[in-house]
Amino acid sequence: MSRLSVELPGLHLKNPVMPASGCFGFGREYSQFFDLDILGAIMIKATTPEPRFGNPTPRVAETSSGMLNAIGLQNPGLEKVISEELAWLSRYDVPIIANVAGSQIDDYVKVASEISKAGNVKALELNISCPNVKEGGIAFGTVPEVAKEVTKAVKEVSSVPVYVKLSPNVSNIVDMAKAVEDGGADGLTMINTLVGMRLDLKTGKPILSNRTGGLSGPAIKPVALRMIYEVSQQVSIPIIGMGGIATAEDVIEFFYAGASAVAVGTANFVDPFVCPTIIEELPKLLDELGFDHISECTGRSWKQNETVTNNRS
Amino acid sequence: MIKKERMKVLNHKELAPSIFELTLQGELVSEMNQPGQFVQVKTTEGTEPLLRRPISISSYNRSENQFTMIYRAEGKGTTLLSQRKEAEAVDILGPLGNGFPVHEAKQGETALLVGGGIGVPPLYQLSQMLVAKGVTVIHVLGFQTKSAIFYEKEFSELGDTYIATVDGSYGTKGFVTTVIDNLEQEFATIFSCGPTPMLRALESGYREKKLFLSLEERMGCGIGACFACVCHTGDDPTGFSYKKVCSDGPVFRAGEVVL
Repeated sequence: MSRLSVELPGLHLKNPVMPASGCFGFGREYSQFFDLDILGAIMIKATTPEPRFGNPTPRVAETSSGMLNAIGLQNPGLEKVISEELAWLSRYDVPIIANVAGSQIDDYVKVASEISKAGNVKALELNISCPNVKEGGIAFGTVPEVAKEVTKAVKEVSSVPVYVKLSPNVSNIVDMAKAVEDGGADGLTMINTLVGMRLDLKTGKPILSNRTGGLSGPAIKPVALRMIYEVSQQVSIPIIGMGGIATAEDVIEFFYAGASAVAVGTANFVDPFVCPTIIEELPKLLDELGFDHISECTGRSWKQNETVTNNRS
Repeated sequence: MIKKERMKVLNHKELAPSIFELTLQGELVSEMNQPGQFVQVKTTEGTEPLLRRPISISSYNRSENQFTMIYRAEGKGTTLLSQRKEAEAVDILGPLGNGFPVHEAKQGETALLVGGGIGVPPLYQLSQMLVAKGVTVIHVLGFQTKSAIFYEKEFSELGDTYIATVDGSYGTKGFVTTVIDNLEQEFATIFSCGPTPMLRALESGYREKKLFLSLEERMGCGIGACFACVCHTGDDPTGFSYKKVCSDGPVFRAGEVVL
């Protein structure tokens, strides 16, 4: 067995590295750079029942060591995602995690029930944390009871395990995590972007047409690590960690915090080869750190036996 | 094919205040085959700024494995780039996008090349290629002021070149359209690159011509994955169909997308 392989609900991952939703389209663009088969999985762009054009431009703005985006869930709609994008992806031997979005519970239920039947979709990522759509989206991800309710409804109709993507824009991330675990979530993905803003020096107005956007990139890594550290100790479902990952070292740090797999987001925009590079470098890093298998790293920051060992030494 | 390469700085100089000409050498040049494409430049080894900067290719020489770009050092990234010295390496992703359709202008015809400010550079390679196939070229180049002008001599060697400055400090006072409205020569095709208001003015004023526009938009990835630079299509201006400036463009036929 490969020292990078990971078993998660619905997912047999040859390695724990996958591109994050919204940062990899539906894979086509990146297939010109490398064979998508080398990826652990692919989290495809959010899918809504109907097509969405998204927000007017400007949709991106830069920030220190990060970027703001307000794309607005642009996608061709459920029908085309299944008939064109997922059909195209079926040539690859890579599990797909379909990101499911909507503006009301019925939307999530509709997308989840149909997209989970596609053969290559091995898990769903319930997107209750997009900060860039006015209705729905994040509203589901900031109130624990509502998050639980939508998780439950989706679990009832989904043919594959359901991971819920948590928003960092909450006062208590552990409460959110516990609520969706109660609702039947098979796993968590975290974190989505942090709501932020930039203003134009000359006009004084927001740079993004949506005014606010989601902050991603290396700038949010410490926030993601802290939240995964807190949540992983309080829930018994696995976490796919994300938030500013750009190197193999970042991956190990997320595992230490409590993640069982990771997703790479914004870094794909800077370097289209970042995922293959990380996958190639991970075994060397495990050697350096003295691990046989990557799963030994999960939760090392808080696991009791590690603490005891450290105290003795 | 798009490649990523650390390319060597051969030459780097300031042509006009804050306007830099950078010539790089590397294998990636062998992939360049049309004028008007661009590259994504990593301006720092670190994470600030994080994203690459899209900069158009002003000319390339495949036998020498060299290409040149002209850019304005305005923000943090391009200012950092402007400090790169000869023999240093610059991380380049490219070539990207679809350039100007040279084949649309036939031998013996006349083409009008219209550039505004930092939209002028990609027209240089285009002009060379048009001239090489026997097309007569006329250049109309707009700048803010006299000191901002660059490449006037280079363009003049290829064909008639008219300059407009907004403040009237050189050439015709006003915009490129002021010059074009008074042109006596006939032309069949217009190739254009510059600020959106200029492209809009050309689109509304010269509908009867074959008109190609190179658009500028804030980009994330530059390869079509992030959906930052989308625009509506001309045949479905408020619907769901779209084009990405980075990978479907940056050059479009007039009317193809909503400006």
